[in-house]
Amino acid sequence: MIIRKKLLEVTNLSSSYDGCPVLTDINFTLGDGEILCLLGPSGSGKTTLLRLLAGLAEMENGEIIFNDKDIRQIPPHKRNFGMMFQEYALFPHKNVTENVAFGLEMKHLAAIDVETRVQSLLESVGLGGFGGRRIDELSGGEKQRVALARSLAPEPRLLLLDEPLGSLDKTLRDRLASEIRTILKSLGLTSIFVTHDQSEAFSVADKVAILHDNTMQQFDTPENIYRYPANESIARFLGFKNIIYGRVDENCIFHTEIGKIPLAQRHVITPVKDATLLIRPEGAVVKNKGAPLGKIQLSGTVTDRTFQGSTYKLTLNINGKQLIFDLPIDPTPAEPGDSIQIFLPASSLVLLS
Amino acid sequence: MTKATNYRGWLLLALPLTFLILFYFYPLIKIFITSFSSSLPGSHARLPTALSLGIYGKIIWFTTWQAFLSTAITLIIALPGAYVFARYNFFGKNLLQAFMTVPFVLPTVVTAAAFRALLGTNGLLNNWLTAGFGFAEPPIKIDQTISFFLLAHVFYNYALVVRIVGDFWAGLNPDIRAAATTLGASPSKVFFRITLPLLLPAIGSAALLIFIFCFTSFGVILMLGGPGNSTIEVEIYRQSVQLFNLPMAAILSLIQIVINFLLMWLHARLGRDSKITFFGDSALKTAVYAKTLLQKAVVFSNLFFMVILLFSPLLALVVRSLNTENGLTFLYYTSLFTTHNRSIFYVPPISAVLNSVGFGIAAMIIAVVLGLLVSTHLAATNKNNTSLWDALFMLPLATSAVTLGFGYIITLNTPPLNLRDSIAIVPIAHSLVAFPFVVRCILPSLRQIPACLRESALLLGASPIKVWRHVDIPVIKKPIIIGGVFAFSISMGEFGASSFISRPHMPTMPVAIFRFLSQPGDLNYGQAMAMSSILMFVTVSVFWLIGRLDRG
Repeated sequence: MIIRKKLLEVTNLSSSYDGCPVLTDINFTLGDGEILCLLGPSGSGKTTLLRLLAGLAEMENGEIIFNDKDIRQIPPHKRNFGMMFQEYALFPHKNVTENVAFGLEMKHLAAIDVETRVQSLLESVGLGGFGGRRIDELSGGEKQRVALARSLAPEPRLLLLDEPLGSLDKTLRDRLASEIRTILKSLGLTSIFVTHDQSEAFSVADKVAILHDNTMQQFDTPENIYRYPANESIARFLGFKNIIYGRVDENCIFHTEIGKIPLAQRHVITPVKDATLLIRPEGAVVKNKGAPLGKIQLSGTVTDRTFQGSTYKLTLNINGKQLIFDLPIDPTPAEPGDSIQIFLPASSLVLLS
Repeated sequence: MTKATNYRGWLLLALPLTFLILFYFYPLIKIFITSFSSSLPGSHARLPTALSLGIYGKIIWFTTWQAFLSTAITLIIALPGAYVFARYNFFGKNLLQAFMTVPFVLPTVVTAAAFRALLGTNGLLNNWLTAGFGFAEPPIKIDQTISFFLLAHVFYNYALVVRIVGDFWAGLNPDIRAAATTLGASPSKVFFRITLPLLLPAIGSAALLIFIFCFTSFGVILMLGGPGNSTIEVEIYRQSVQLFNLPMAAILSLIQIVINFLLMWLHARLGRDSKITFFGDSALKTAVYAKTLLQKAVVFSNLFFMVILLFSPLLALVVRSLNTENGLTFLYYTSLFTTHNRSIFYVPPISAVLNSVGFGIAAMIIAVVLGLLVSTHLAATNKNNTSLWDALFMLPLATSAVTLGFGYIITLNTPPLNLRDSIAIVPIAHSLVAFPFVVRCILPSLRQIPACLRESALLLGASPIKVWRHVDIPVIKKPIIIGGVFAFSISMGEFGASSFISRPHMPTMPVAIFRFLSQPGDLNYGQAMAMSSILMFVTVSVFWLIGRLDRG
């Protein structure tokens, strides 16, 4: 892991609208060149956080240190932060070239330099011949690229992207997400990317921050967010269904309605009376002769089986509790109505706080 | 589309088309013919000579110049108001917005009377100043001057700019401004490089509308402008009614029609490319409360000005109607019920109220029936094919009421269309002016009914008549009522055509007010104020009702 220079530091940031808190006590730091994803359901304050950083909204209290300087008193047009807006907010009275050139004109660049830079930017986002087009002649994906080129043009020190792929269809979204990451990484541009789509967040980000109920609930790498969701609401937001309640004894055994499950030592030292356990769906295998010992074993009845291509999605009924697992397509798991025994790796169990 | 439905479509169109031909095209064509012949009986025929060409030029120049000046002044004064309405929330915003439509729907005669009540020689302000400071003569002397009607034009059109530009401004995506800011544009650059260019279509549309209204302004100029200041409309009236020079009036009418068509065409062209709505929902979400001292000062000064401009003439009107020699009494109102010896009416003036209401109801019925037929036809046919018909039925909007009234007196005086002495002529003229508005109310709602709704009703066994009764009518019930109320109030306030065609013993309210104001004496003046107050009250309450309907 490269040690990066700390570029952005946000401390105790709070904001409210009409007396209702929108963000409370946000703290995080971001290294130079890192891409941060703000992930959370709509209304969780993601956009507000971006606007506070850009200076477009007023903060109640807290501190924003950028490049070792307090930027709270700097007006938004002097911060040199780029921002890509939700519906792109392209200037409808200007064509593609004029949109991209706007930020450069504000910097009083010579016309010839503006022209060269706009041309090279348009080419880098794959819109080489589009300069003369009007904005309403562009498709959603093309608008997105123009917006990206426009926000990159003045060489911002921090790029803020507010759901930049929100209104596009799924296939285009996946392609553009990786394209954006490639472009940002090649420029070494520090960025904050807002989305409500976790696969988008995981594929673009170095760090993911989960915003929920106006607070930042977890800030970590994508892998760690997925492996160890900090609490039940994050786990549910990430789409995990297998969440069960019980107690943990002094031997690290989880007692629950579906039986006793031994936990790995790293989880707990002291017994917990009301504990919540997440069982991630992947990594489960059907019990067969060669199965290794030491794994966790569950048995139940198959209530539903869906073929998903690379996996089978199996719904099991274990003592009246429905659990869902992704099983390999070989060997073919049992059909609905049959009983089944499966093994789980210890790493798929996460004790939630 | 099958032949049978086509046939039915033409049947729907037959009545409105006949109406339009008889009461619109026939009078207009007659004007056209008259303007090139001097053989009109009883006229002091004077064909345009080189000398009179100069007179025409002068009138057209004055009309254009005053319309341009009115537009420019209104824009300069009202744009800050539009800004305040677009960007800021303040206490009583909705109420003020509702009140701002009042001048717009006020009959011109009432507006003229209101401004006389406030600033005229005999007006409230002059009376107060004379009494308070002991002036020998009234200090404000703008009676019969250009400033007087320019002020009235600003009063009329101020709300128009605030509504059109303000709504458009509030509807601009605030992210576009934010985007410019993050790209390094200072607030003033954001305004001049982004906001202003984006507002231009709305400003242009508002400006053109104001120009059209002021170009065709009649009542206000006739009553406030004085003899030296004639627009084309006023001159048509003077030439035909006062000087009986019908050929000259005809030529002026022709000029007026051509210029109006050009202006309306220009407005339609401009409106097609931009999505500008007259009474769209204003986006209140983006508006904020004023925070800094400067913002508060801007909001407060604009609101203060707005209230003064909008309310003081109307308030003066009511005060003046109650303020008699013996203090505040209802004398002017009660005298409307009696016929005086020196009266200019053969009947008690209050009968004008009854006449207006009666004409209004008749005009409303005609306009709604015609509007419904035309809308049903236009909605049923392919949208591309209807634009011509659509435009055709909008034509009366582009024609000045004075021209229409003039056309009526030179055509509808011979059998079989000898309507000059008939009661019917007034509601016919009014409904012709009003029915394009009714179409504009009903047609959009009718077009919004998806075809599948009618088709599924047909498949469920409903006959076309039943479909219309059970699908179309419930949807357009509200637009019909709104259109009807619109037609009624247009009829109540109509002055241009009525000034020609209403018979001496059956005046409408605006005509009666005009006659009162043209006569000397306190009683006549007071009665004009009283009747204007009644007309204002009726019009405003009718539009208040529309507002209630629109919400409910």
